[in-house]
Amino acid sequence: MSEARLMQGNEACAAGAIAAGARFFAGYPITPSSEIAEFMAEQLPRLGGTFIQMEDEIASMAAVIGASLAGVKSLTATSGPGFSLKQENLGYAAATEVPCVIINVQRGGPSTGLPTSPAQGDVMQARWGTHGDHPIIVLSPATVQESYELVITAFNLAEEFRVPVILLLDEVVGHLRERVNLPATVQIVNRKKPEVPPERFSPYGDDHGMIPPMANFGAGYRHHVTGLVHDVNGMPTVNPALVTKFLLRLNHKLDPYLAKISLYEQILLEDAEVIVLAYGCTARAALEAVYLARSSGIKAGLFRPITLWPFPEAAFVPRQNIPIIVPEMNCGQLVGEVVKIAGRHNVYSLSRIDGELITPTQISAKISEVISRV
Amino acid sequence: MFSDIAQYFRTESLPHIWCPGCGNGTVTAALVRAIKNLQLEQNNVVIVSGIGCSSRMSGYLDFNTQHTTHGRALAFATGIKLAKPELDVFVVMGDGDCAAIGGNHLIHAARRNIDLTALVINNGIYGMTGGQSSPLTPHDRRATTMPFGNLERSFDLVELAKAAGATYGARATAYHNQLLTKLLIDAYNNHGFSLVEAVAQCPVSYGRRNQFQTPAAMVMWQKEHGIKVGQHSISGEDFYIGEIFRAEAAEFCAEYDRLRQRLQEDMPNG
Ligand SMILES: Cc1ncc(C[n+]2csc(CCOP(=O)(O)OP(=O)(O)O)c2C)c(N)n1
Repeated sequence: MSEARLMQGNEACAAGAIAAGARFFAGYPITPSSEIAEFMAEQLPRLGGTFIQMEDEIASMAAVIGASLAGVKSLTATSGPGFSLKQENLGYAAATEVPCVIINVQRGGPSTGLPTSPAQGDVMQARWGTHGDHPIIVLSPATVQESYELVITAFNLAEEFRVPVILLLDEVVGHLRERVNLPATVQIVNRKKPEVPPERFSPYGDDHGMIPPMANFGAGYRHHVTGLVHDVNGMPTVNPALVTKFLLRLNHKLDPYLAKISLYEQILLEDAEVIVLAYGCTARAALEAVYLARSSGIKAGLFRPITLWPFPEAAFVPRQNIPIIVPEMNCGQLVGEVVKIAGRHNVYSLSRIDGELITPTQISAKISEVISRV
Repeated sequence: MFSDIAQYFRTESLPHIWCPGCGNGTVTAALVRAIKNLQLEQNNVVIVSGIGCSSRMSGYLDFNTQHTTHGRALAFATGIKLAKPELDVFVVMGDGDCAAIGGNHLIHAARRNIDLTALVINNGIYGMTGGQSSPLTPHDRRATTMPFGNLERSFDLVELAKAAGATYGARATAYHNQLLTKLLIDAYNNHGFSLVEAVAQCPVSYGRRNQFQTPAAMVMWQKEHGIKVGQHSISGEDFYIGEIFRAEAAEFCAEYDRLRQRLQEDMPNG
């Protein structure tokens, strides 16, 4: 039977991870994400799982990847400076195609920044924080309910596509308390295991499509895992043809599945004469602003990317010349992606960087201003 | 000489990247002989390595192998071991990898006394990047980034591990490779964090700059300066070889498992 509970966003993340089957957490304390670690420390040993507080975020990310290689669904949670420290090993997970989930409860940056204030400044770091071209999935929940659900989605996507998945939480969502409906059952996806005998197993082969089956350490399929560019057997290579083959598969492996990965929500877009594109907690203010605008006769609509990366490009097809407002708690990050699609001409950034939330009135004022201009 | 252990190698991945005269091959053979002697099930052995010449060892060995990021091998291995304690996990690192960038992970793995067998190949230099100084470069010796001789003092890694809480520490050399095999067997049999340092020669990046005419001269230096524990006191560039310390302490995976049991017993019915 499903159950409704009042939960904090960070707690919902922890509960979602457990529901998704995660049984390993490694982390290092940092505001505003620490509650996730604390819930895990309390819950995981009861469930036969493992919690460990590592010596830093670099080690936490490493331990998470190690545990996943050993076959246990694993996650870490962090914020700001800690997310920066995770980047090298995050790239390692992308290159070696090890499923894992990273929750980054964003705080004001750069550097130590504003430790307890909300910000959405890690949108680009989540996409490009580690060096080199690599695949990544980044999800942005707007509510506590959605935090719970998207952690489960994150694990399912990580397992199905062998890719690190980042849950980019807003500080206010992490610390907000809301009612959450916990379903009686959740749909869980597990990594595909090899079906061939060990001597025919190629750990990075493409004979099963873009996502090779994965053998856990100790399962009898001895193989090599390396962050060096590798061939289908996992062995390092500098052969230009093999390097190209590997990097093309790695960077395009999500392409056939974008419809499943790139989640979004559209509200009142059919007749809209102005679009607000917003994500995370800002989308809640944006929705309010859309209703405010409608009540004053302006046909506004909301496009809310739930998956920030890969950006839901196929779904976001704005009419020619329609103005698009992109409110974000940063100097303008995701707006660049919108400009790529809609052109510089009609896209308006609404940025707020003072550690305070963007309010519905701020957005509705921007809507009126933009409408009066066109 | 190789045929007795060939089954543990990915022979298709050879030739290796190591320079002629390098000590890494000798140390690799010593490790593999220890694994063979211990009769460990090949599918159950995990070799985790960092980044460096020595850390390329994992790719040549036919076990579950992981070549990680520079300095972080022990942190990856901690995740593997905690997730699946029944795996036999060995961690191979270079001296720069383990003592510089990975120094913090070393002391915390030792402090937790997690059941990992760590093998540090100490060539006293950064081999892979071309001969820069490492925290284990002996004082006054030359490196590309210490062109006038090393001004810094060097670590004693085994003592460091001991102070941090490891429960087994030992040292041997490429010359004393049979001793090395024996120490690795003892290290594996210690239920806790074990560190074995293997002093090995890097003729190209260290030897050439430090008046060693041949790799053999470097091996003879190991023979001369490696002093068996208890034999006589050491001076200059001498170092102790053999088992340096052993201690008793709770092992971390076992501790964690006891917590799980306790919580399960405490669980109210229904
Ligand atoms: C984060 C990071 N910093 C620097 C390097 C470059 N690097 C590769 S190997 C190495 C040092 C190798 O020395 P050591 O660990 O002593 O191993 P050896 O090559 O001598 O066996 C360095 C600095 C790297 N790969 N990653």
